[in-house]
Amino acid sequence: MARVKPGEAANPAPPTVQRIRVRFAKRGRLRFLSHRDVARSVERAVRRAAIPVAHSHGFSPHPRLSWIGAAPTGSASEAEYLEIGLTRPLDPAALASALDAALPDGLDVLAAVVAAGPPLADLIDASEWRIELRGLQPGELRRAVAALEAADSVVVERVTPSGRRQIDVRKALVRTEVHHRPEGPGEPPPTGPASSSRVEATVCAIMTAVVRQTTPAVRPDDVLGALDVVAGLTPPVPAKATRMAQGLLDDRGRLADPLGPGRVTNRV
Amino acid sequence: MTGELSTRTTPSVFPALEALLPRVAKPVQYVGGELNAQRADDATWDAVAVRWALLYPDAYEVGLPNQGVQILYEVLNERADALAERAYAVWPDLEALMREHAVPAFTVDGHRPLGAFDVVGVSFATELGYTNLLTALDLAGIPLHAVDRDERHPVVVGGGHAAFNPEPIADFIDVAVLGDGEEVVGDITDVVAAWKAEGRSGGRGELLVRLAATPGCYVPSLYRVSYGVDGAIAEVAPTTPRVPRTVQKRTTVDLDTWPYPKKPLVPMAETVHERASVEIFRGCTRGCRFCQAGMITRPVRERSLQGIGEMVDTAVRASGFDEVGLLSLSSADHSEIAQITKGLADRYHGTNVALSLPSTRVDAFNIDLANEISRNGRRSGLTFAPEGGSERIRRVINKMVSEDDLIRTVSEAFAQGWRQVKLYFMCGLPTEEDDDVVQIAGMAHRVIQAGRAASGRNDVRCTISIGGFVPKPHTPFQWAAQAHPDVIDARLRKLREAVNANRKVGRNVGMRYHEGQPSLVEGLLARGDRRVGAVVERVWREGGRFDGWSEHFSYGRWVAACAAELEPQGVSLEWFTTRERGRDEVLPWDHLDSGLERDWLWDDWQDALDGREQDDCRWTPCFDCGVCPSMGTDIEVGPSGTTLLPITPINTGPRPHADAGDG
Ligand code: SF4
Repeated sequence: MARVKPGEAANPAPPTVQRIRVRFAKRGRLRFLSHRDVARSVERAVRRAAIPVAHSHGFSPHPRLSWIGAAPTGSASEAEYLEIGLTRPLDPAALASALDAALPDGLDVLAAVVAAGPPLADLIDASEWRIELRGLQPGELRRAVAALEAADSVVVERVTPSGRRQIDVRKALVRTEVHHRPEGPGEPPPTGPASSSRVEATVCAIMTAVVRQTTPAVRPDDVLGALDVVAGLTPPVPAKATRMAQGLLDDRGRLADPLGPGRVTNRV
Repeated sequence: MTGELSTRTTPSVFPALEALLPRVAKPVQYVGGELNAQRADDATWDAVAVRWALLYPDAYEVGLPNQGVQILYEVLNERADALAERAYAVWPDLEALMREHAVPAFTVDGHRPLGAFDVVGVSFATELGYTNLLTALDLAGIPLHAVDRDERHPVVVGGGHAAFNPEPIADFIDVAVLGDGEEVVGDITDVVAAWKAEGRSGGRGELLVRLAATPGCYVPSLYRVSYGVDGAIAEVAPTTPRVPRTVQKRTTVDLDTWPYPKKPLVPMAETVHERASVEIFRGCTRGCRFCQAGMITRPVRERSLQGIGEMVDTAVRASGFDEVGLLSLSSADHSEIAQITKGLADRYHGTNVALSLPSTRVDAFNIDLANEISRNGRRSGLTFAPEGGSERIRRVINKMVSEDDLIRTVSEAFAQGWRQVKLYFMCGLPTEEDDDVVQIAGMAHRVIQAGRAASGRNDVRCTISIGGFVPKPHTPFQWAAQAHPDVIDARLRKLREAVNANRKVGRNVGMRYHEGQPSLVEGLLARGDRRVGAVVERVWREGGRFDGWSEHFSYGRWVAACAAELEPQGVSLEWFTTRERGRDEVLPWDHLDSGLERDWLWDDWQDALDGREQDDCRWTPCFDCGVCPSMGTDIEVGPSGTTLLPITPINTGPRPHADAGDG
C-alpha cells in the first residue's frame, strides 16, 4: 500500500550504531521454510523481542537485517547467518537469547558476535552439507561418489525463475565423505511411538559434501542430480539435507567459523 | 472413562507426509509449528475426553488468519477436558500424492489423522468451500454421507455464516451450528464427553439426538423435507419429538468476557492478512439489505474501550505483528472509536506498530480518525464501499451514502496526503438497470477530479472493484432473483466503456471485477435445498476443488452437474438462482431462526422495491426486526464508562551491552 510521501515521515529512522552477527539453525519440520518464510519469521521475532533494530529510511521502513545465502526450501541447516543493525548497542548474548525465545521452535539461535573486520559475505566461500539417504546402502553411495570424484566436470540443469541454468557440480565440489551413522546431530529423532516402527528403515547412507560458493549456488539437490548423472543413483525416498557449516575454506578443505573466536554461543 | 475406540495413542502421519513435502508447492503450509500454535502431547491426547479438529476448508494462506478458527482453537484448548488442532485444505498436488501413498487428511499441529478426532468442526466463510469439505472427509476416510457413519467416526459439525442455510451440505455434515461459536463449542464438548463416559450409550443416533437438543445445533438428519408438485418445499418436519421444530442461533452477549484470540497465530508462510486482529464489536444494524453478515449477527455488541486496549496490547506482545486491525463489520461505527484510535495511536507513537480499520463507511469516516490511524507514517489507500453506483439503487439496498459526501470525504483525504481511493460496488442488484452501473464511472471520474483539485497533483488513483451480487438467506433479498452472469458481464462492459470514455480522467481509474459465473454458483449453494447436495457431490467427483479460486473453478462442470442432478427432479440451476420467490414459498432455511421476523424481512423487501430506506436502531427507536425479543438480547453500545488503560511501552527488550555508554 502506498504511504505518505518523503518529507512527511512521522518517524525518521535512528542511525545504526552497532551490528551483530547471528548464527542460527533451521531444524525439524521448519526445514520446509523458504528463505522468505525465514526472513518473515525473524523480522517478527525481532519486533516481538523488542530488539532495537535499525530501520531503513523512507515510507516503507524495513528492518536492517542482512542475509547470507539461505539454505533452500526443504533443507535443514545448522549454519545460517544473519547480520542485524541496531540503534542501541547490545550484549550479543542477550540478543541471542531474546531472539531465540521469540522465534518458533526449529528456528534456533546458536551464536552471536559483534560485527568486526571484513563483511560477513567475505568470510564465507563454501558450505558443508550432510545428505542423508534413507533406504540406500552406503556401498552404493560410495561407488556413486567415487564416480563423481573421478570426473572432471559433471553438469546438471536446474530450472530457475530466470530460465534453465547449467551448473557444474564437480567444479564446485571440494571434499566428500560417505558414512553410515544413522542418527546425526542436525535431525532430532522423530517423536512419538512411530519411531519404533521405523527401525526397519534404518538402512541409511550419509554423505558429507563441501561445496565452494558459486553462482548459482550448488545445492544438495544438484549434488544428488550429479550422482544420478554419473552413476544412475536414484534414492528410494527423498533425501534429507542439512547444512552443517559455512565459512572460509582452508587448504585442508575445512571451514573457518565466520563468527570467529569472539562469538558467544546460545544455550539451546 | 472413554470407550475403547479411540483411547489408543494416534501416531503422527508426519513421517509419511515428510517424504511427500519436497514434491509440493509451498510445503511450509503443511508443517504447522507457528508461534502460539498448540500441539497436545500424547499424554494429553490420551487424557482428554473430547478432541476437536478445526478444519478451514480453504487454503492455509486464507484460513490461517481466520478469527473464528483462532478463537475456537483457544477456547477449546483452554478446557481441561478437550483439545483442538487445526487443519486446512490441501492443494491438488499434495492431494494426489496423499492418495498415491495412502496418507490420510491430517491436522497441522499434531499431524494426527482427522479420522482420529471426536469432532471435526468445519468453518464455512463461503459456500464455495463445500467441495473442499468432501476432499477432506474422503482423504480422512470418513464416509462422505452422514448416514453411513457410525460410532468410530467423528461428528462433523459445520459453522460460520454459510451454516445459516446448510441444506446443500445436509447429507455430508452431522450438525450445523447457528450463530456465535464461543459457548456452543463448550456445550457440544459436554454432550460428547457425557455420551462417551456412558460408554457411547444409544450409539451415534443417541448422540445426534442429544446434540439436536442443544441450543444452536441443527441436525439435518432429524428433519424430513418434502416437496410439492411445483418443485418448492412442502414441509420441513422433525422426525422425533425430542428435537425442536425451529433451531435458534446462539449469541455471545458480553464480548468483554471473551477476549479471544489472546495469542494470535503467527504464520511463517505468507498469508492474506499479515496482522493481528481485535474484534471491536460484533453485529451491525446499518441494515444494508444485501448484507447477510449484518442481518444474522444482530444486535450490535461492542467491546469496551478497556477490553479493546488490553486485547491490542496482548496481541502485539504475543505476536510481534506490526499492524493491528480493529475488526468489525463497520469499524468506524463503534461508539467510542475516536477514543480508541487516539488512545492507541498515542500508545504506539514512535514505534513501528500501525493500526488499520479494515471496514469503514464513508458516512462514519472523518479525517481526524484517518489521521490517527495513519499517525505512524502509513497511509495505505482509503477504501470505501458505496456498493451502488446510483442514488436510486443505494436507496434500494439501504446503503445511504450520498455521492457528495463521498466526494467531500475523499477531497479532504487527498488534501491530507492520501493518493489512492478504492471503491467497492456490486452489480446485479435487485431492480438494477444498466444506468445504475454505468453511473459508477461518473463517481470514479469525480473522485479523480476532486483528488487532483485537492492535492494539486495529477497522479491520484481510484480503483473500482465490482463483485456480482448474490442473494443470501436471512436477508430481505432472500426472495430476489439473482442476475444472470450474461447480464452482469454486459453491464460491466458498458461500465468499462464509460470509464474509458473520458481518457484524461479514466486513465487514473483502475477497474477490478469478478466474472459473474462463480457468483451464480455461489447463489445456487447459498439458497439451495437438500437436492443441491447431489450437485456438490457430482462436481467434486468430477474433480471440483477450490471453487473460490478462479484457476480451479469450472462453470461448465457445475452447469453439467446441475443438469444431471436437478433437472430429473423438475428443478434447475435457474430455478434456484434467477427465479424470484413468492411470499408464501417455504424457503429451505425457514426452520433456522436468525431472530429476524419473516414478516419484517418481507416488508423490508417491499420497501426496497419501493426505494424506501430504513434507519439504524442504534440511533433511532427499535423498528422491530425481531432479533432482540426472540433471542433475549439487547443492543450493547457505549459509552462503556471504561478507559484505554495507559500501558507501559512494549517491553524494553534485551538488556543493553554491558559496556555500552548509554546503557
Ligand atoms: S430488535 Fe430492534 S433493537 Fe434489536 S436489532 Fe432489531 S431493530 Fe435493533
